[in-house]
Amino acid sequence: MEPFTKLDTHAAAIAIENIDTDQIIPARFMRAPRGTDHGQFLFHDMRRDTDGKARADFPLNSPDLAGAGVLVADTNFGCGSSREAAVYALYDAGIRCVIAPSFGDIFYSNATKNGLLPVVLDRAVVQSIWKTLETANSARVEVDLETQTVHLPNGATHRFEIDPFKKRCLLEGLDDIDLTLRHSDEIERHEQAQNDNRPWAGTIG
Amino acid sequence: MTEPTTLFEKIWRRHAILEREDGTTLLSIDRHLCHEGSFHAFDKLRAQGRRVRRPDLTVAIADHYVSTDAPETGNQDPSRREVIERLTTNTSEMGVRLYGVGAPEQGIVHVVGPEQGITLPGLLLVCGDSHTATHGALGCLAFGIGASEVAHVLATQTLWQKKPKTLRVTIDGPLGPGVSAKDVILHLISVIGANGATGYMIEYAGSTIREMSIEGRMTICNMSIEAGGRAGLIAPDDKTFDYLRDRRYAPKDTEWERAVEDWRSLSSDPGARFDREVSVDARDIAPSITWGTSPEEAMAITGHVPDPARENDPSRQAALTATLDYMGLTPGEALTDVVVDRVFIGSCTNARIEDLRAAAAVAKGRAAKVIAIVVPGSTPIKLQAEAEGLDQIFIDAGFEWRATGCSMCVGMNGDLTPPGERCASTSNRNFKGRQGPGSRTHLMSPAMAAAAAVTGRLTDVRNLIGEA
Repeated sequence: MEPFTKLDTHAAAIAIENIDTDQIIPARFMRAPRGTDHGQFLFHDMRRDTDGKARADFPLNSPDLAGAGVLVADTNFGCGSSREAAVYALYDAGIRCVIAPSFGDIFYSNATKNGLLPVVLDRAVVQSIWKTLETANSARVEVDLETQTVHLPNGATHRFEIDPFKKRCLLEGLDDIDLTLRHSDEIERHEQAQNDNRPWAGTIG
Repeated sequence: MTEPTTLFEKIWRRHAILEREDGTTLLSIDRHLCHEGSFHAFDKLRAQGRRVRRPDLTVAIADHYVSTDAPETGNQDPSRREVIERLTTNTSEMGVRLYGVGAPEQGIVHVVGPEQGITLPGLLLVCGDSHTATHGALGCLAFGIGASEVAHVLATQTLWQKKPKTLRVTIDGPLGPGVSAKDVILHLISVIGANGATGYMIEYAGSTIREMSIEGRMTICNMSIEAGGRAGLIAPDDKTFDYLRDRRYAPKDTEWERAVEDWRSLSSDPGARFDREVSVDARDIAPSITWGTSPEEAMAITGHVPDPARENDPSRQAALTATLDYMGLTPGEALTDVVVDRVFIGSCTNARIEDLRAAAAVAKGRAAKVIAIVVPGSTPIKLQAEAEGLDQIFIDAGFEWRATGCSMCVGMNGDLTPPGERCASTSNRNFKGRQGPGSRTHLMSPAMAAAAAVTGRLTDVRNLIGEA
């Protein structure tokens, strides 16, 4: 994956709670292989009318926000289905960071494995960002993963938490399969011990 | 003396290969279930020139894209059929066991695992599907993962995980007439919220759970994710062992005895500490349904549609107005006045034999007023239901009796609710568009869904049972 270090970009707000991954990418678009541009499916049914026309009131449809790299969302963003295509859709549409008061656990994990940084900030802070974005439509947000900080248009800087391993993988664009395979000996020893203790666990049939 | 330990902790420790300084643990995986959606992970493996490390512990099942009305071909629609064929190609190339279209074991992945004895207590099972918590009903630690993690498990048979916090939900007391496991879990989610268990592993305990069938326990664990919990666990007991004995892949003979002895140690010790505790009195639970577009928006069927005018927070008021607009509901309207267009009985939440019996008991001798489809959770369940004559009860009542699959729960195999139509559904998600663009979903139990089918409106099943 592409490393994530810093961002300085326009931000768009979606101030709706519990946006599930079915909203982020509806099921009917999930047959596409990863090579397909998933950005075209992002929020497909939220941003268009039933006749397919772009809704003027949907933030990402605003020409000012065409290049937005940060999405500022509400509580429990990415809840529901484990579909990683939700992350592909955001990423392919140019979103590199989602800021929200909380995330669905699986979405959070999927994001960090695809170069998309999920940032958890207090809801009051998130609300203040929405306010700023309302008044300045093309406000910029700076995100620095190394220092774990978000710098807001109103001058405020907020620190966010991320576990060190996820941070390193994002910063270096690492594939964790390679890292895990360095532990092959330990994995095999563990499997052997499991087989001895509970043979039924290590076999199907 | 060792410290009292939770059931979760016991299973976690068995699978911990090593731990990083930050507490992230490399876990060994005993069972990995795949489905058509796993193609991203197989693609990644192929692109990296890797193989499946333990194909013998990997089982693939076609369910998400399989048609329920023309199952012979997989799906009549070529692009959907192609996704099913990708699974066949990937599994045959990688030497993975497949229960594909037409296989006698085929069904919904979370129904097939327990049914075949692939799921066992004390194991760690993963699947690229958020409803994997279902398997926790047998005391198996099970959670859903994304495509990158699926690829990681395929390549290494391990997974890095940060240990979740623990939440014990204790449910005590008898369930009233017409109240089922589905009502319990809908009620719980309405109490703790759609993110009430985010970051937590839920253990369900209490007399209500102990008295509940394995099928009911699966319904409860299945919807853990709708409260944000990645896993739900129930301590295995004699009911669990009775359920598993003689299942195809359950241990046999002396190994069975040895396994049961081991499994009896799998419960939370008295005094074990949980990060959070929630108690529910089962007597407070009525037959419940969802009225909105999040599973937390559930209430007793005797209730009324909420009124945005009574919301003080302007943003919540706007959100509620938008929800009611999407759902086509009027503030203050009695739920039992809401007319439905179709009924779906199926999904990994509610398509096991007990669910079909409960729905059939309500349908028996009555006539469906709207389109109603019944989709068994697996082919073995379909055959068992037919042996019990349930199919005929449904057919006589005007319900459609379909072949197995994820069907109208997931909106990707052709079974859809048309835009603007209202579906009474036994599935697990009432998200906007989940059952098809513009669909309006009300979640409920199989008995309640059957009641909606025969009355044409949302109905309190207690008014129908015992009448027929």
